Amino acid sequence: MTRGLCVAIVFLFLAGAPVLAGQQPATEGFVPASELPPDQQLPAAPFLIGAYAFIWLALVFYLWTIWRRLGKVEQEMRALDERQRSHAR
Amino acid sequence: MRKLFAPLLVLTAVMFAYAPVVIANTRYESTMFLVQKIFYFHFASWMAWAAAIGVCGIASAVYLFRADPRGDRLAVAGAELAILFGAFGLVTGSLWGRKAWGVWWQWDARLTMALMAELIFVGYLLVRKYGGPGAEKLAAGMGIFGAATTPFIYKSVDWWRTIHPQTSVVRNLGETAPDMYGAMLFCTVAFLLLFASLLTVRVHLESRRAELDRLYLALEDQP
Repeated sequence: MTRGLCVAIVFLFLAGAPVLAGQQPATEGFVPASELPPDQQLPAAPFLIGAYAFIWLALVFYLWTIWRRLGKVEQEMRALDERQRSHAR
Repeated sequence: MRKLFAPLLVLTAVMFAYAPVVIANTRYESTMFLVQKIFYFHFASWMAWAAAIGVCGIASAVYLFRADPRGDRLAVAGAELAILFGAFGLVTGSLWGRKAWGVWWQWDARLTMALMAELIFVGYLLVRKYGGPGAEKLAAGMGIFGAATTPFIYKSVDWWRTIHPQTSVVRNLGETAPDMYGAMLFCTVAFLLLFASLLTVRVHLESRRAELDRLYLALEDQP
């Protein structure tokens, strides 16, 4: 049992060594985003378009919900009005 | 207010149609370039959010202390719009932050407090919908406390220095970049007009609902 455990620990160290060796050294200090290599930089346009598109889409969706809720209330009022009229007869 | 609604809506639509031209004509910020142009709608969204929260807080106080049902209608409309404009601010801020800071979200004082305020107003609507009888008064209390968080959220970036820019950035913009400041004011006015238009429609919906409730009660009272 103890022997098996020791073998497992040694195996883990050996297997982990290449992973640790492959790690990048820790960055010292702050690196501005503009100084990053081109492959690590994010393009700005999708974020800008995404932000404006979200506002427009959310606004249209909200207006649609108001229109739907208002329509529902008006429909209910018409039904109630008819009920009242038939009740009066 | 109904007479003012049509011209208000037209003016809002014209300003929103012209806003992309105004934003495109501003200079690029020297470190963030294109993505900084999110700022114009981001800042304006938060201004409309502050107006919505203010309306909700004041109207809640009017309803709570004077028992005026018009206050309740205005408060619920304000709370719903606070959620809408808060969502605009949070999402646009997150997209801007991903590019400028490298992260979608940062648990700094400003962002966290803004998220908490957003959740307070979501809670406000949930209390109204599922709170049962008397929920309007409980929600009014929440509306007042939600509104009371606004000055703390505004000053949080000055009190606790984090990654988010301080309030002085906007104040100094008029001197350092007048074109950016002009575009910011233009978008802020457009968003405040949009807020006023949406508030009018939303209050109208609440008034119709109140009328419907009155009709139901009248029908029940009939022999």
